[in-house]
Amino acid sequence: MLFLLAILIGVLYGAAVYLLLRRNIFKLILGLIFLGHATNMLLFVAGGLTSGRPAFLRGLQDEAIGMSDPLPQALILTAIVIGLGVTAFALTLVYRFYKVTKTVDFDELSENE
Amino acid sequence: MTTGLFLIVLLGVSAVAPFLRKYLKNQAGWIYAIWPFVGFLYYLSLLPVINDGVVITETFSWLPALGIDFSFYVDGFSVLFSLLVLGIGAFILVYAGYYMRPYPMKGRFLGYLLLFMTAMQGIVVSGNLITMFVFWELTSVSSYLLIGYYHEKPEARASALQALLITGFGGLALLGGFVLLAIPYGTYELSYILASPEIIQNSNLYLPAFILVAIGAFTKSAQFPFHFWLPGAMTAPSPVSAYLHSATMVKAGVFLLARLNPVLGGTELWSYTLTIVGVTTMFTGAWLSTTQVDLKRILAYTTVSALGTLVLLIGTGTEYAINAAIIFLLVHALYKGTLFMMAGNIEKKTGTRDLTQLGGLYKYMPFAAIIMSLALVSMAGVPPMLGFLGKELIYEASVAAPKAYGFILILGFLTNVILVFLSLRLAIGIFWGKEPSYSKTPAEPGLALILGPFLLVLASFVLGLFPAAMANPLTSKAITAISPGMDAIVLKLWHGFNLVLGLSVLTLISGYLVFRYQDKILPGIDNVNIKYFRREFTRLFFQMIDGFLTFTKLKTKTLQHGYHRFYLMTLFVIASILVWVMIWRADPIMLELNFSDMPLNLIAVVVLIIAATLSSVISNSRVVALISMGVIGFGITIIFIAYSGVDLAITMIMVETLMVILAMAVVYHLPRYQNFSGTGARMRDALVATLVGAFFMVLVLQAGTSSLETPISDYFKEASYSLAYGRNIVNVILVDFRALDTLGEITVISIAALGIFAMIKLGKK
Amino acid sequence: MESIILQIAARHMRPLLVVLSLIVLYRGHNEPGGGFIGGLMFGAAYILYAMAFGVGKTQKSLFFNPINLTALGLFVALLSGIPALLLGDSFMTGEWYTFFAQTAFELKLGTPLIFDVGVYFAVAGMLMLVMFSIMEE
Repeated sequence: MLFLLAILIGVLYGAAVYLLLRRNIFKLILGLIFLGHATNMLLFVAGGLTSGRPAFLRGLQDEAIGMSDPLPQALILTAIVIGLGVTAFALTLVYRFYKVTKTVDFDELSENE
Repeated sequence: MTTGLFLIVLLGVSAVAPFLRKYLKNQAGWIYAIWPFVGFLYYLSLLPVINDGVVITETFSWLPALGIDFSFYVDGFSVLFSLLVLGIGAFILVYAGYYMRPYPMKGRFLGYLLLFMTAMQGIVVSGNLITMFVFWELTSVSSYLLIGYYHEKPEARASALQALLITGFGGLALLGGFVLLAIPYGTYELSYILASPEIIQNSNLYLPAFILVAIGAFTKSAQFPFHFWLPGAMTAPSPVSAYLHSATMVKAGVFLLARLNPVLGGTELWSYTLTIVGVTTMFTGAWLSTTQVDLKRILAYTTVSALGTLVLLIGTGTEYAINAAIIFLLVHALYKGTLFMMAGNIEKKTGTRDLTQLGGLYKYMPFAAIIMSLALVSMAGVPPMLGFLGKELIYEASVAAPKAYGFILILGFLTNVILVFLSLRLAIGIFWGKEPSYSKTPAEPGLALILGPFLLVLASFVLGLFPAAMANPLTSKAITAISPGMDAIVLKLWHGFNLVLGLSVLTLISGYLVFRYQDKILPGIDNVNIKYFRREFTRLFFQMIDGFLTFTKLKTKTLQHGYHRFYLMTLFVIASILVWVMIWRADPIMLELNFSDMPLNLIAVVVLIIAATLSSVISNSRVVALISMGVIGFGITIIFIAYSGVDLAITMIMVETLMVILAMAVVYHLPRYQNFSGTGARMRDALVATLVGAFFMVLVLQAGTSSLETPISDYFKEASYSLAYGRNIVNVILVDFRALDTLGEITVISIAALGIFAMIKLGKK
Repeated sequence: MESIILQIAARHMRPLLVVLSLIVLYRGHNEPGGGFIGGLMFGAAYILYAMAFGVGKTQKSLFFNPINLTALGLFVALLSGIPALLLGDSFMTGEWYTFFAQTAFELKLGTPLIFDVGVYFAVAGMLMLVMFSIMEE
């Protein structure tokens, strides 16, 4: 499964990079979202793939062995919520940007300074 | 304690000076001069102690881990300099308090002047190279403020900038030199370094350290070819010029060379460099001063010449030369301070300082005329002024110098002839000579304006008259301090008939002859200057600066082009190349394709996500992009569930829903997609994207095949219930083990939310 | 975009979601859930309401302002770090106290729970602030 997920992460990163290199400002935000997904997945996979053993303690002995790694999950949980905040901010920024400049082309912004 | 304390109070006085000016009215100059004068008396009282051979040291801890402390080292040389800095400084303050009355922001001016004094005083008593450097830079900064004081005038700003750039450049070189110098010693403490010069002299670092220190000293002391900033600096108000030329700033470079003479001196490199630079500067300064007509400019060039003389003497390094250096330092400080203050007085009373517009002033200000003439007599080296002793010693040093230095005598002689000529020209041209019509009747300057010049000239006179009784005690320990093993020569006015006396007489006669026939000689000198010295250093300097600015602008334009995607592309390409190189050199990954751990449903989910990702990239529809976004988010949720990320999955569902709603709300307002980039650009970007995507893939595979010893999460697993009483380890990590991180996180999202709120509300206005 | 179905659903869903979010918050320490998820749910309840009835009406029905809710959350979270300081530990160390010890109702309460409540409020407030701002446009 690792192999499949590696491909998935590669594709997500590739798509994110491609979108980040666009001139359209909305695609840029899309790229940002994808970058977040890709990184979350990267962390998740790097923590090891364990099916059916969530990180909950039931009070049994030696149950910690073979349990999924809670640390990457905690990190990702934080990242997801921050991602929501940042994406919302970026989207609002795009919206305001368009209202003010009447363009969604980044290059026009650079040329007009 | 006293040295450090004195400096702190002085700094404090300079800080409050601008604000107190309002209440002290016109007496400010007198009152501000009190503290420097106290310092002057203190150092005067130290003289007997110092002359017994005591060196006072103090240390205040600053950065002990780096061996950097605020430490002070007071020996005979420091005391001599302190007396000059504080004594002349006190008179300058009195003078400035009166002189600056008609100008705006006088309070601030006095504050700068005090700051300048603090900086210079700091240099002369520092006992740590870094301490000295800090004060050194402070003189650059405060002189910048003072030179540019008439900041409405463009030439004042230009001169100030020029002085700052040159001395600042020198300051950097000096810091480098100090660091190199300290490496073999392992300390910045001056007392250690002075005690064992052989350590640096046998080190490979001697050459670079010497070059850098010399650049620092030469720039500060306006040595050729950095000499041009000093005449430029005369755009400053007269009190500043008087101080800057006599006791501070330009003397700092000389001070440094003399201070380090025991450590760096004595080598051939040292002697040759200092002698050649010094003699060039000495003669250039004198030569260039002959054809000037601006009073202050003439004086500025003679300062350049005098500084050259000092560097030359330190470089020569014989007993006579060192004696001459110290005496000449004193001589010059006394007469140059007087002359600049008098130049200010003359300009104030007549409205001009152009020599061709001046004449016959003796009638209006006889007292001032006598004072200034006496200072000029000292400059010309005529007995009984101290200047005579200085010049005699210089001649003695030149005569006694090794044979290779024969040219010094000739150039020294010529320089002195020029000085005699200038003295005659200034004294007679200004005070006697024929009288032009003045716009207002000149009058004798007031007490505050004349007190300083008078006392300085008096000092010069008394010291010259009783050299052995007065001048020797003042300077003897300074001489041994900068050149251990050498003693002070007993100073005498009358040496009997010898070669040196003959030279002195010859100088005076030649000087008089030049003055007598100046109408014939000066045009000749002018012609030579026009023919050979047309390139003005100042212009060259600013051309260099302009060129540098043009270059940086060009560079910025190329590198900072303003296109986000090219910045990103640079980052991506370089990063992926680096990672690819690492992957290339790493061990190959053994990959076992095991289809049994690939449940069909998960394969379907992964394929779905990949398809959605690709379609969102390729599609030209915004709606498709949004739907794909949703598919990707929920697909990832399923993967989280499949691999035991329960909390993640729940959070992800909620966040993903909200994110799609948000994106929809925004996209609704945006125009349709347009194709901005051409096919070529797309292919290029796709290539970069593939490069990055592929290396992440390899990275994941490598990470998956390698395992670490003990993950830190083992601790969390163990401690979660026993210490934090929670069974949901992920949540325990969030709210207990790493709570501070979470606090940071909710702060971030709150700020983001406030930002969004503000953006929307602002848009409504 | 007035939908009767949505309005009726939202009206009944809102209290249910709020209660549910509190339950998720409470059990978060031992079971799936916690401040983040609870806060998101709480926010979602009001966003659903706002979608059905409009932002203006929703804000009128609130007895608090989303900005204040966010600030309250941050404040509570920060406050939860103080007891540790008073007890001489480093900031944000979890401090626990057991109520009714040795009985059937033994209840352990600690500052991490307070912190989780802070997170809950902050996330909910932030979500409502963002969504209301954008939906108003």
